[in-house]
Parts: sequence; structure tokens; C-alpha cells
Amino acid sequence: MQRISEFLIGLTFGGGLLLGGMTDPAKVKAFLDIAGLWDPSLAFVMGGAVIVGFFAFRIARRQARSLLGRVIILNDTMPIDGALITGSIVFGIGWGLSGFCPGPALVSIGMGEWKAALFVVAMAAGMVLAGYLNRQPKG
Amino acid sequence: MSLDWNHFTPLPSLGGGLLIGVAASAFILLHGRIMGVSSILGGALPPKKGDIAWRTSFLLGLIAAPLLARALGFLPIGRIDGSASGLAVAGLLVGFGTALGSGCTSGHGVCGIARLSPRSIVATILFVGSGMVTVWAIHALGLGG
Repeated sequence: MQRISEFLIGLTFGGGLLLGGMTDPAKVKAFLDIAGLWDPSLAFVMGGAVIVGFFAFRIARRQARSLLGRVIILNDTMPIDGALITGSIVFGIGWGLSGFCPGPALVSIGMGEWKAALFVVAMAAGMVLAGYLNRQPKG
Repeated sequence: MSLDWNHFTPLPSLGGGLLIGVAASAFILLHGRIMGVSSILGGALPPKKGDIAWRTSFLLGLIAAPLLARALGFLPIGRIDGSASGLAVAGLLVGFGTALGSGCTSGHGVCGIARLSPRSIVATILFVGSGMVTVWAIHALGLGG
């Protein structure tokens, strides 16, 4: 039952990315191209999602457990540190180069795009590398 | 700056955004988790016992979305330009950056901003800003794209 629900949520999310045009890297790049011919569509995608999510997270904050009885994890105790800043800047560079962020890249695999599959394999390698470096003794 | 009116899709994009918001809401209210794709995928690398099935179900739903869309007669387009090696480098940067910064467009950009997390607001400004500078630099250097 939980597995079906998670699958359907992934399906809905993917449908939203497709409808919003976010699985088209050229469109995403056009959003990032404010100095050129700018397509502001991505701001509408993010705005629509944030408006709905705002109410859900307000409700979630007041609950200890989810409707299916799971502990609600909000990850609100982590600091704004060097890892967050460096990581976000590095992510943005890769996003600007390709027009792909993680969600749309995965959806594009389902569109039969071999280049998206290549991107996802490289992305997974980057994640493993970051995790490996994070586990090294510091100092 | 000039607006690209030929490709601007305010209504479908707003509709897509609302669907994404519904999915993120269902994920936190039903499953108690933040719908952040990079964390859901990254947490499965390497897979940990008892913590893999929910991640796989969600990610399979994402990948299945275009199949459903096609079955409903909607043909999504994806204009992927750039070489294979360029995409591999970009993928590495996206994977490394989202793992280091603990989130991507869905985790920080949607779920983080929706709950007014200062950390996610900072992350989103940084990755959108660095994406914009990158696209500008590609054009300024005449590297195509």
C-alpha cells in the first residue's frame, strides 16, 4: 500500500514536471538566460508548487506523525554552512551547462533519452563521490 | 533582457507546478518525508537494508510518468543539446553539488521554500544564480548552447 502511494506520488511529480515543461532542457536553459531571450515559465512551476506546499508544510509542522503513521522528518536543524553554499553553487553550474536537475533527468529516462541516462549515471557517480569525501577524516 | 513570448507557457507551467505541489504535499502528509529527488536518490547510493523500497517506488513513478503521458496522447518534447562528454561533466557537477548541498530544485527549491527554511532559500538563490551566470558565460564565451 505504501509502495503504491509512493509510486503514484512519483508519477504525479513526473507529470507535473512534464506539463510544466521542465523535462525540456532547452526551456530550463531559457529560464536561466536572463541576459538573452528569457522564458520565465520555470518561475510559474516553482511558484505553483510552493503555494500548494506552503499549506501542506504548515499542517505537517504541527503533526508528530504522518497520516500513514510515520515520523515527520523536516530537517530544519542543519546550519547554513560551507557545504551548503559550495554544493549549491556547483549544482547550479551543472544545471546551467545541461538544463537538467535531478528530477527532470530521471523523467527523461522514461522518455527514452539515452543522453538523460548518461547524465543520471554521471550524477549518481557525483553523489557517491561527495558521500565518500564526506566520510574522510577531517583536519 | 527580453521575454521569449514564443516559448513562454504560463498556464501549463503553473498547472505543472500545482501538480508538483500536490505531490510534495502528499509525500510529507502521508509519508512524513520531504520530496527531494537528489536526497531520495543519493540515500540509495549505496542501498541500505530496509531503506530502499520507498526510494525505488518513488523514483520508478518519476520514470514511468512519460509512459503514462504517452498513453494519454501527450507527447513530451525534450531538446537535449550538447555532447555526451559535456552532459557527463554536468551530471557529475549536479550529483556532487546536490549531495554536498543536501538538496536540489525539488528539495530546496520547492519543499524548502514552501516551509520558509532559511537554508533552502539561500541554497535556491545560489543555484539559480550560479545557473544564470553559467548560461551567460557559455554565451559570452561563444561556446554555443
